[in-house]
Amino acid sequence: MSEGIKNKVAIIGMGCTRFGERWDKSEEDLIVDAYKEAIEDAGIEPNKIEAAWLGSCFDEVNIGKSALPLSTTLKLPFIPVTRVENFCATGTEAFRGACYAVASGACDIAIAVGAEKLKDTGYGGLPEFNSSMGTKNRYILPNITAPGAFAMLATRYFSKYKIKYEEGRRTLAKVSIKSHKNGALNPRAHLRNEITEESVLKAPMISAPLGLYDCCGVSDGAAAVIVVRADKAKEFRKDPIYVKALQISVSSGEESLYTKWDGTNIPTTYYAGARAYREAGVKNPREEINTMEVHDCFSITELIVYEDLQISPRGKASEDVASGLFNLDGQIACQTDGGLNCFGHPIGASGIRMIYEVYKQLQGKAGPRQIKNARLGLTHNLGGFPSMSVTSVALFGNEL
Amino acid sequence: MVGIVSMGFYLPYYRLDKKKIFDAFGWYDPSQIKNARGKLAVMNFDEDSITMSVAAGSNCVEDDTDKNDIGALYFATTTPPYRETSNASIIAAALSLNENIRTSDFTNSLLSGTNAMLSAGDSVKSGSVKNALICAADNRLGKPSGNLEYLFGNAAASVLIGNEHVVAEITDSFSISKNFIDYRRTSDDKYVRTWEERWIKDEGYVKTVQEAVNGILKKGKLNLSDFYKVIYYCPDMRAFKVIGKTLNLKPEQMEDPLFNTVGNTGTAHPFLMLANALKEAKPDDKILLVGYGNGADGIILNVTDEIEKKREQFNLENVSSRKRELDNYEQLATFRGKADVEKGIRGEVASSSLSVLWRERNAILKLHGSRCKKCGTPFYPPQRICANPKCGAIDEMEDYVFANKKGEIFTFTADRLAFSLNPPAIYGIIDFDGGGRYWFDLTDCVSDELYVGMPVKMTFRRKFYDKSRGLYGYFWKATPDTDNGGNDV
Repeated sequence: MSEGIKNKVAIIGMGCTRFGERWDKSEEDLIVDAYKEAIEDAGIEPNKIEAAWLGSCFDEVNIGKSALPLSTTLKLPFIPVTRVENFCATGTEAFRGACYAVASGACDIAIAVGAEKLKDTGYGGLPEFNSSMGTKNRYILPNITAPGAFAMLATRYFSKYKIKYEEGRRTLAKVSIKSHKNGALNPRAHLRNEITEESVLKAPMISAPLGLYDCCGVSDGAAAVIVVRADKAKEFRKDPIYVKALQISVSSGEESLYTKWDGTNIPTTYYAGARAYREAGVKNPREEINTMEVHDCFSITELIVYEDLQISPRGKASEDVASGLFNLDGQIACQTDGGLNCFGHPIGASGIRMIYEVYKQLQGKAGPRQIKNARLGLTHNLGGFPSMSVTSVALFGNEL
Repeated sequence: MVGIVSMGFYLPYYRLDKKKIFDAFGWYDPSQIKNARGKLAVMNFDEDSITMSVAAGSNCVEDDTDKNDIGALYFATTTPPYRETSNASIIAAALSLNENIRTSDFTNSLLSGTNAMLSAGDSVKSGSVKNALICAADNRLGKPSGNLEYLFGNAAASVLIGNEHVVAEITDSFSISKNFIDYRRTSDDKYVRTWEERWIKDEGYVKTVQEAVNGILKKGKLNLSDFYKVIYYCPDMRAFKVIGKTLNLKPEQMEDPLFNTVGNTGTAHPFLMLANALKEAKPDDKILLVGYGNGADGIILNVTDEIEKKREQFNLENVSSRKRELDNYEQLATFRGKADVEKGIRGEVASSSLSVLWRERNAILKLHGSRCKKCGTPFYPPQRICANPKCGAIDEMEDYVFANKKGEIFTFTADRLAFSLNPPAIYGIIDFDGGGRYWFDLTDCVSDELYVGMPVKMTFRRKFYDKSRGLYGYFWKATPDTDNGGNDV
């Protein structure tokens, strides 16, 4: 196996806007807000940045294609700038570009910005997948939505583990209740209301069995991260955060075309997680990881991701949710900022937003949400659908 | 001997109690109470005369070798989805018929059905084709509240005409063409227009049918009493009774016009009534089939010994084991675009591409996939590289047909966010028997009856209508393949 990028890259500055229905802010405004915070946090002059990556997903209601919206908005002085897109894993994809540039020695300081403006479509939920799945798929794919695609994961999970429909809905409710508790503590989160099992079960049905509170917020927002060579990180700040692993896994087509996948897991998450653990030298993720930001686009996703990341045994994640393992005061605090569920989900920004929370937790700067003794944090950024997915898993530590 | 080799039928899943139309519009036209009895068979929102024809056609010709013998496909309808472009060629593709066949649309008159049948008979008789397939289906629209709304139903019939294994020989025919304009639409009309019913019946229908019957009897020196059944298309119940009386038919010579169980199904209608006649016919029985519409066709059919082998295909009860009654008329009005419901921005259809459709026609219209010659795994859509992780062979694929494969629901959801004219949008992942997996819409079902592992079969449907580019997107959906289901109709 290749040596990977463990301890080669460090984060020295980050910024993240408030996510939500930002009717008052353009995409460019959000980018500048996140960038400004990151530059100030890093304490560097803008002209020190040698390369930049932009992550944004939906073209239809966004800033448009190419890296130009980033370079011209930030007035980047003719440096290399690249736009990347990988569905909902876009943010981490942008981060990966910046990390690889630094790790390879191609540059010393790089920035990744993730941004998305989703609230200009004129309707709730994500933009239609009509064009984003390609012209052929317009003729053959059902008119799927994100909640519909993930609801099918729940249907299958309930069937495999013989969970009755109502019982399953109550299990999923617990996942969202936990995240809403955290989100309520976060002034930058999109949704800041605490919820009860009753309100979850009574909320409108979106895609059976997923109701409104099983689904994440669809939001506007941006986040930025500045990375440098790890060996130089202390020159910028005393508490840099080190990248311990960064892995991505993309479906081979086996899940969606071949009939062996059993539909109760996300294979790319398993592979990306296993590779990240190997890269970072994590032997027992359940014991070693202190905090996680996983891609809880839907409650069922979070539940299954705990199993795919080898934190919970197969079919047993609900027991860990029920025991409070993932609560703010639990052994592995998860979605401490509210997760996608509450912080919201501006596609291109989410991956970097997750890193932002882990960065703050590892620095001990997470305010009322601060957990104790955080040393190793994980982010999990998932794009696509359960059967056709892109997963990024990253591990971060506060020591070299 | 040229005649009917086999027949196939299609009745849609939904039924509408005509009382529901009156519940919605009786306030506007209380006189319609006389028509508010019985039920109509009505198409789902994703069906049209093409899709129903595909269903009937596949019930008529199940065997691949039979398909190879088909040299012509004639589509009879007054409601072709495309006004310019061959509708029959879409049906032929969906049925996976050979490309070297003649396809033709017989349209604009209710007489198209029997016209197509006679032309098919002539095509076979002349020796230019071995067998000819007819598909007849209609989706005629009546305005809300009017009598036609209480009358029109949907169904499709398919007739295979050939000269081997003939069930009913076409022994004679007599045609009349008359410029008698009763039911009509111009290219600007969405709804069928009419004239005073009494005039249509007395001056047009009764006289024309009588002429056709007298003409064919005279030609063959026959009497009506020589016929086991006289099947005649008729516009409505009153005309049905009057013509029976005028021709002095015995009740046992007449067939149920199906107006209170299916409705008037246009070009398909004479064939549905014929099915009921053939169901109990005996060898050597004579049947007189009369089509009507701006003229008339009289066709004499002689039943052969083959009937004993094929009797079951004429039993319409076998056609629609799954039925569901619509809760209200408004739902049907929505399906047919008579109620302009709020579709929201999500209901807007993105632009489609004809060149993609053409390049991918086997995958889209025929539901063909590919099968790896090395490991035997089938795939949909067709792949060039085998997705079996233990194989991975490159360019070792052969064509593989999924349209006729059964499968089961791997998982599913009922989606209220996705736009559908029949919400919630129900879709799932289907695992095919023998291998292959893909996502499909589920239709003609309710989510409560679905379960992981439920058996399904494939049905050809209209997936979308791209109004901005004047295109219909046809594709296959999955539907439960269970003997019972729906509610008790």
